[in-house]
Amino acid sequence: MPEIKEYVDIVGQSVIDELYIFARHLQGKTIQNINSTPVGGGVAEILTRMVPLLRQLEIDARWDVIKGNERFFSITKSMHNALHGAAENISADDLEYFTQVNRENAAEINFVGDIVFVHDPQPIILIERKQELGKKWIWRCHIDFTEPDPNVMSFLKNYIEQYDAAVFSAPSFSRKLAIPQVLISPSIDPLSDKNRELTDHEIETVLNRFNLDRSRPIVTQISRFDYLKDPVGVIQVFKLIKRYADCQLVLAGGGATDDPEGAKVLEEVNAAAADDPDIHVIFLPPSSDIEINALQRASAVVMQKSLKEGFGLTVAEALWKGRPVIASAVGGIPLQITHKYSGILTYSIEGTAYYLKQLLNDPEYAEKLGANGREHIRNNFLITRHIRDYLMLFISLYHDEDMIYLG
Amino acid sequence: MTPPFHFYTQAHLVCLLGTKAKNAAELTEGIRKIPESSIYYHTHHFLRQHNYLSPEPTNDFAYWVSNLLGRRELGEALASVDIIRFKTLEELRAEFIKKLEKYNGRKGPVCEVPEGHEFHFMSCVTVVTPTNYQATNIPEFLEAMKNISVNSLYYHIFEARMRLANGANDFAIWLKNIGLEKPARLISQFDPYTITLEGLRERIIEIVGKYA
Repeated sequence: MPEIKEYVDIVGQSVIDELYIFARHLQGKTIQNINSTPVGGGVAEILTRMVPLLRQLEIDARWDVIKGNERFFSITKSMHNALHGAAENISADDLEYFTQVNRENAAEINFVGDIVFVHDPQPIILIERKQELGKKWIWRCHIDFTEPDPNVMSFLKNYIEQYDAAVFSAPSFSRKLAIPQVLISPSIDPLSDKNRELTDHEIETVLNRFNLDRSRPIVTQISRFDYLKDPVGVIQVFKLIKRYADCQLVLAGGGATDDPEGAKVLEEVNAAAADDPDIHVIFLPPSSDIEINALQRASAVVMQKSLKEGFGLTVAEALWKGRPVIASAVGGIPLQITHKYSGILTYSIEGTAYYLKQLLNDPEYAEKLGANGREHIRNNFLITRHIRDYLMLFISLYHDEDMIYLG
Repeated sequence: MTPPFHFYTQAHLVCLLGTKAKNAAELTEGIRKIPESSIYYHTHHFLRQHNYLSPEPTNDFAYWVSNLLGRRELGEALASVDIIRFKTLEELRAEFIKKLEKYNGRKGPVCEVPEGHEFHFMSCVTVVTPTNYQATNIPEFLEAMKNISVNSLYYHIFEARMRLANGANDFAIWLKNIGLEKPARLISQFDPYTITLEGLRERIIEIVGKYA
């Protein structure tokens, strides 16, 4: 884990100095993060980096994970899909079971935090302990809330409104709620293995391991095998442009312990890719950060053809590496890409194919998009900005006014 | 004895108000109802978010009207609101409403954005804290100016003038108080909305440097 001062070379001394200045006002407070998985997916990844950095700022940050069995995670996955607008059949029994598992966890967890920071819907009912324990409670929604299923939303809203504040990743996710809502975009860590600079040798080693040919352009999508990431759609795009460009497609990603659907999606992707040796489907274990880094850096174009997206950190990762990105205009992706300035935003398989062909044929334009994208990420989506936002959020919980003066 | 200048810094927490607009009439109604901190956010946040871009993007209302609603003429009218002319946020709010009402009064079809492209009203909470920098004379002031963050610069230029209604930026007020009327006047004369924050830093150092 890097020292916080190592970020000075990337963001400047004054940015780091100010983190210390603001963090001073939170000394003595314990921030207790709670989510549903220790590995896999964006939330666990951010917490893995964020918690130690907050500690270096002398804030007592902690991280607990709730327990659940296959049935619980199957229900939460259905809820996740329903919140993304998919038609899901979630019965009253399911909701009761979901509640019961939350209550079991609520009884077991030692709530030591002055601020209890609950991430996503899985542990949302822990808020039932608020009345008895007091403390400040925040609910952080990391998922696309644009068109949530009304039944699931109504069920969750009763709990959301018991929190002191709700945090969303994009303006379009906000709803009419009785509590304050805050916009905090997630971030990437430029010093993590997934984003740090790699040597040519490191990149070459990874490409050789996966039998990729560096002399031909590589088009890559990195994401969990999940219907909402539309990996089969990416294969359709690739098949449309293949006749015009001699290139390779890489679909690489892993699973998360709270996502039981992954194996089925992977099977469908393998079937769709079976007849083309230039399509490489790579299932990566959780500790594959350097592999992901190398695949992104070696790519001529990075795609993120999601149907729904909480934020889409893989877009920020690729942009930070100066890679041209074509991504769907969903969730938090438009915050990261300004169309034709720092990347390409698309709405369909045909549109994605059109732009992919254009970028493969005009590498100079593609490089310019990537360079602009990198600057945008440096200014707005690195972990240092994310830490500052969290410090502001924690401080604001203890004040009612909109101009807060700290001595 | 020269009163020392204490450098403060600030950071914003962006708040979502949960309301949105899909056409110019709804935008007008929204602007009428939102808190002052929301008027401030939508007319200032681009200065910090894009502090490396010049010319900088315009205020949020104008950007949305031009690029998403597709009403270029109205967008240009909103972009041309000369923020530096207004001393309070209420005056600024009234100006945007005036321009929008003029447009809404015209005959013609109502233009709306498709779902997903609405204007989302936001506001901000600002947290202000002292830095380790202070100046009792011009050399100390210049040294601090070279080292403070863009957030500190932003606070003393923009927050002070508009949100705290000090009437001028903090640097100009302090320079005037220590008897340096000319640099105070020069600094309060330029329009900070048309210069990047780093550009502002350079210009202030250049002006004050002549009195070191």
